[in-house]
Amino acid sequence: MDPIQTLVKDLADIHGRKRESLLPIMQGVVEKENYLSELSMIEIAREMDIPAADVYGTATFYSFLETKSTGKYTIRVCKTITCAMKGKNQVLFAIQDMLKIKLGETTPDHQFTLLETNCLGWCHKAPAMLINDEVYTELTPEKVREILSEYMKQNGNNGYH
Amino acid sequence: MANSHQLKRVDFIFRNENDWEKVLSNTIKKSPRDLINELISSELKGRGGAGFPTGLKWKLTSEAESDEKYVICNADEGEPGTFKDREILSRVPYKVFTAMAICGYITGAREGFIYLRGEYKFLKEELEKVIDEFDYYCKEIRLDFKIKVFMGSGAYICGEETALMESMEGKRGEPRNKPPFPTQAGYQGKPTVINNVETLVHTFTIFKYGAKKFYDLGVQYSRGTKLFSVSGDTPKPGIYELELGMSLQDFVYEFGDGDTKAVQVGGASGFLVPRKKFKDAAIGFKGKLTGISLPTGGSMMLFNSSRSMFNVLDNYLEFFREESCGQCTPCRVGCQQLLLGIKAVKRGDKPAAYLDKLLRLTETMQYTAKCGLGQSVANSFSSIVENFREEMIY
Repeated sequence: MDPIQTLVKDLADIHGRKRESLLPIMQGVVEKENYLSELSMIEIAREMDIPAADVYGTATFYSFLETKSTGKYTIRVCKTITCAMKGKNQVLFAIQDMLKIKLGETTPDHQFTLLETNCLGWCHKAPAMLINDEVYTELTPEKVREILSEYMKQNGNNGYH
Repeated sequence: MANSHQLKRVDFIFRNENDWEKVLSNTIKKSPRDLINELISSELKGRGGAGFPTGLKWKLTSEAESDEKYVICNADEGEPGTFKDREILSRVPYKVFTAMAICGYITGAREGFIYLRGEYKFLKEELEKVIDEFDYYCKEIRLDFKIKVFMGSGAYICGEETALMESMEGKRGEPRNKPPFPTQAGYQGKPTVINNVETLVHTFTIFKYGAKKFYDLGVQYSRGTKLFSVSGDTPKPGIYELELGMSLQDFVYEFGDGDTKAVQVGGASGFLVPRKKFKDAAIGFKGKLTGISLPTGGSMMLFNSSRSMFNVLDNYLEFFREESCGQCTPCRVGCQQLLLGIKAVKRGDKPAAYLDKLLRLTETMQYTAKCGLGQSVANSFSSIVENFREEMIY
């Protein structure tokens, strides 16, 4: 069996095959594969016995369910008002400069994808960002460079967690 | 303003109470009817922002006839400037679970869900650990109630109660028409109590200390305390529990940086209050200042005179344009046009009078949009454009 097929089947075994299991299953695929490929969405539809268009329609509603290929680490920088006021742009420039990518792009080695996102709920410690599920707050260009170097070092050492 | 008084700090919500087991087992010895009356007499109103009387909501659900009912804790805290619910769930989760179980006992629901926003996924594991402990105790006292965490996936609109239920049912998070209200037909079409995280914690306080203790705090129509998420241009950003009913002037005196130009009360879907109106504004439900129809409450963002109100409005409108679910035309097209419109005025492509046209558009959205998102864009738009018109033009 294709690994995606196995993954979807395992997730359906855990969460069930009713419509209310759709989000947990899609979230499970994103956790493993970083995004929902066309193949995975077709596979989910088949496994749950619903139209693939419904899977795609639901997936594209949610900003954390990517349907385009993303890197291993998705960086989401908060752009809502307080973060914008407290230096979000400088943080964003520092990341772009370091990774040599623009907003919405993925590094050629498929390690990092850079996105902006709406309010993360850390306004009292702005600016904030997420790297996958990990939260980083009170960012400065220096701090963000340190954080990213840490991630890059881990990759260089093959020390994936 | 007759209602205004000094800021009064209170410590109920985060107070560490190690006796949740006792609170739970004592409370469920009382009859559901007595408990509902207790809750109604406390005059607790929903802390998500809409301010619906909590006791009435529980009463309606308890009276609805159905074999299956649900309790949902709305932890899809997405309103810009709000971050209190995360703090509650990380510091006193057992209070939330106890309140949900008591609600289950009163209404006849055997299942509860915490809808946790995707941005707070880091909390999930810890929450589930506490839930395991909680489940174990429920079994011990033979209370048939189970709690599960349901993860959101990054959609502000899912904080709207019916959109949240659509999302839990595995669909796009598009709000439903109301009525029917969730108390009649909620999750899976069954009677459902859905409350904000903070509201549930207040019910814990009420069941533990009695309704009077809660009722004695705050002012008429706005009883009890409220958590405020304070951010922006302030020397002390953070979360504060205060009695309701204080004047905005007193609030700014405490939290401002000496140069506060305006305060956004209630997040992007709330109202911007300029300096000259601070002394006339009281924080509470009567003034409709926090009592708006989107799931937030207590977001207080301060702006000092270095901030451009055009940039603030531009940021809000971009937020709404992205977060509008796109289901109804007034909101989908309205948010886009408002954003394009203020940019055109700023560039000089449209005359200043075009702002009045945009104001009429927000009025139309207020009447015709399907849910609180589209309806409340008018709040921040009109309060910013009317009070800082020159900043929109020049």
